[in-house]
Amino acid sequence: MTGRIEIADLPDIARGAAILGTGGGGDPYLGRLLAERVLRERGPVPLVAPASVPDDAVVVLTGIMGAPTVIVEKPPAGPEFRNALESLQAVLGRPVTHVACLEAGGLNSMTPIVTAAETGLPLIDGDGMGRAFPELQMVLPTLDGISTGPMAMSDEKGNAVVLRTVDNGWSERLARSATTDMGCSASIALYPMNGAQARAALVPGTLGLARRLGEVVRRCRERHSDAAVAIAAEMGGVVLFTGKVTDVERRTEGGFARGEATLLGLGADDGARLTLSFQNEHLLARRDGRVIASVPDLICVLDADTGEPVTTEAMRYGFRVVILGLPCHPRWRSAAGLALVGPRYFGYDHDFVPVEGLLAP
Amino acid sequence: MHIGIDVGGTNTDAVLMSGDTVLGSVKSPTTADVTRGVVAALEALARERPFDPEAVEAVMIGTTHFTNAVIEARGLAPTAAVRLGLPAAAGLPPLTDWPGRLRAAIGDHVYLCHGGHEFDGREISPLDTGELHRVADDLERKGVGTVALSSIFSPVNHEMELRAAALLTSRLPSLKVSLSHEIGRIGLLERENATIINASLLQVADRITGGFTAALKAAGLEAPLYLSQNDGTLMDAEFVRRYPVMTFAAGPTNSMRGAALLSDLADCVVVDVGGTTTDVGVIVSGFPRPATTEVDIGGVRTNFRMPDVMSVGIGGGSVVDLDGDRVEAGPRSVGFELSRRARVFGGDVLTATDLAVAGGLADLGDRGLVADLGEETVRRGLERITTRVAEIADMMRTSAEPIPAVLVGGGSVLLPDRLPGFDTVVRPDHFSVANAIGAAIAQVGGEVDKIVAVGRRSRKAIIEQAEGEAVEKAVLAGASPGSVRVVEVDEMPIAYLPGNSVRVRVKAVGDLRLRSGA
Repeated sequence: MTGRIEIADLPDIARGAAILGTGGGGDPYLGRLLAERVLRERGPVPLVAPASVPDDAVVVLTGIMGAPTVIVEKPPAGPEFRNALESLQAVLGRPVTHVACLEAGGLNSMTPIVTAAETGLPLIDGDGMGRAFPELQMVLPTLDGISTGPMAMSDEKGNAVVLRTVDNGWSERLARSATTDMGCSASIALYPMNGAQARAALVPGTLGLARRLGEVVRRCRERHSDAAVAIAAEMGGVVLFTGKVTDVERRTEGGFARGEATLLGLGADDGARLTLSFQNEHLLARRDGRVIASVPDLICVLDADTGEPVTTEAMRYGFRVVILGLPCHPRWRSAAGLALVGPRYFGYDHDFVPVEGLLAP
Repeated sequence: MHIGIDVGGTNTDAVLMSGDTVLGSVKSPTTADVTRGVVAALEALARERPFDPEAVEAVMIGTTHFTNAVIEARGLAPTAAVRLGLPAAAGLPPLTDWPGRLRAAIGDHVYLCHGGHEFDGREISPLDTGELHRVADDLERKGVGTVALSSIFSPVNHEMELRAAALLTSRLPSLKVSLSHEIGRIGLLERENATIINASLLQVADRITGGFTAALKAAGLEAPLYLSQNDGTLMDAEFVRRYPVMTFAAGPTNSMRGAALLSDLADCVVVDVGGTTTDVGVIVSGFPRPATTEVDIGGVRTNFRMPDVMSVGIGGGSVVDLDGDRVEAGPRSVGFELSRRARVFGGDVLTATDLAVAGGLADLGDRGLVADLGEETVRRGLERITTRVAEIADMMRTSAEPIPAVLVGGGSVLLPDRLPGFDTVVRPDHFSVANAIGAAIAQVGGEVDKIVAVGRRSRKAIIEQAEGEAVEKAVLAGASPGSVRVVEVDEMPIAYLPGNSVRVRVKAVGDLRLRSGA
């Protein structure tokens, strides 16, 4: 997807981004409303392919950091997006030339559109994750040794903080504290990199992908056909399970909402049981005790009737859902990638299982 | 004794009850003028089962008037949306995602002011009284008499909403105000939307409750009037005047609650077959299972708790298509014209009701008029209807555990006494007026929903405190204190918040204190 992002593109991108959010990443609905308003005022945002970004470009990833539950009650003011970017630019000492998404999943698929529109900069069709993850260091640029810093963050009151840290884990830690003081929501601009780094490190085409996925859901709904099957085909993934949520157990651990959902099979999966483990995002799917999909592959939960993505927070007893397993970006499956975002990082005593393995006889 | 009335799109049903016993019931046509339809229903009820008006302790009404006023954007008051929270949330002003028609209907008066709280109770910014005085000036100049006030994190701290309301009404004493913390839960836009809808309905609420009160008076009834709300509990007329939006979706809730009462089942799947659609819902511990997604009302996103209902376009008036061996019913329906257009009533449209009569399931109209239908065709048609309803009913089940199905609604005669996938199928007495009976169930409730920083307190202490608050709210709403019990506790840990914050939601319900002192 290149050219530009217009208001008419936003609903599909938002819906697709919610699928890529794998149950987390915040509800893109608010982000879509924010972006619609800014695009109405400032016109479409130019969108460029990562491959066309020149070597000497100054690329910055942007997004919102905070608790989705807080953001739905205290949505952004608007100026904090520009403020974060300009605060970073001030310490970089040279103008930023391109904006890109920190993550493709959820709310943060939309917020970089706002930043780009507010600053007049082109947006790169690509992101740092190819999905959503809960922590700042969980991006492919980390695998390339690119630093989060200097990193800037701003709240809606006009406060701005710039962080220079020894590693990306520290950025996550310090930014988390500052976000809490800012009222659990902050606009962030980070991972400044040049064009060559961006071309190598970003997952290309993710906004375009989100738009295609959103379109698939919309079309399937119009035709009353199966969205899950169509998405699996589009992404080279697998329909893992169709069932009803019979139990959801939640607990707080280390500031994250962790838990397990149990599903009983319907139709072809009648008699089987699926357990989903989540920490903001869905991380592990076990069918009758056997792991059939795991992070960093995407485990997506869709409403069985409408094909609409279901967030981990919304998931409740009685929901009828389809579970999809979609392959992640290949670099996440490297040893370094799995060390950063594999099942063991999240505390699950399991090795990564590629979801396409299920396709084999 | 008490009376339950359901004002539906087609019929107004009325039942006379003593405790949980149905003494009499009638169905009469709904009229364009609310009052007249209710008066007619009460007269018909008195003919069917004469009663002493003085012995009636309460009248409970379920109505779709308020929902329809919003869907049709009709009769809504010019309403200002005043939000406290600047500089936060300015990127999404009130009415942002409203359909133009509805926005125009209430006048597009939006005010962003300072104030509001953070998740942990800190002020985002202090309340600016000068700013609010300017809002009052503006409202006065424009002649806007209704305000919806919302403050960021008011479900956690509502002090600023109260202060702003006091200031505005001190300036404009006749101003009608709705406060967001009294209407909705966490989720600013959805709560604000519900508050604006509520405020815009305040005038309609005066008119409708006035109409109902007049109808009762005309029927010689002095009993207090209650209306059903969407969670299956009641509110008195005074409450409806302040919170009309709470009546939304009371219809399906009432029919499910009525089915639970009639069948004496606290957990069941309820299949309500009407003229055009079949609604399937689930009763858990005596109350409808709520839907979990955002609810769209007339194109506006809100976060009400609505019952989780799946509908299929099959009802007594469904048009039947014969195509070779295939027999299909619905979604087209003759609706309220059934008694004129169905074959058994001398009409020329083959309906699901005709199949039921031909198949001996119902005794309506003239069976001779459908004698030409082949036995095999009738059997297949009825089987097809049963299969499709059973599929929906099965999808609504939440576990493999056996759960009974209860059939209600006038159209449920279409269904046999057995439903695939269900061991037990109950067809209770008075099934056709289950919704009016649901309206007559005299229970009131209280709900608490807030984010709490757990800190050093125990989880148990936090939940107990929330339960206490919910019980208190139920008693304030008119519940008899000894009867109140907590029916729902939901705690949700909140991601990325420090100090292990949880969102606690508690609902308590009790029996309505009746005049005789229940």
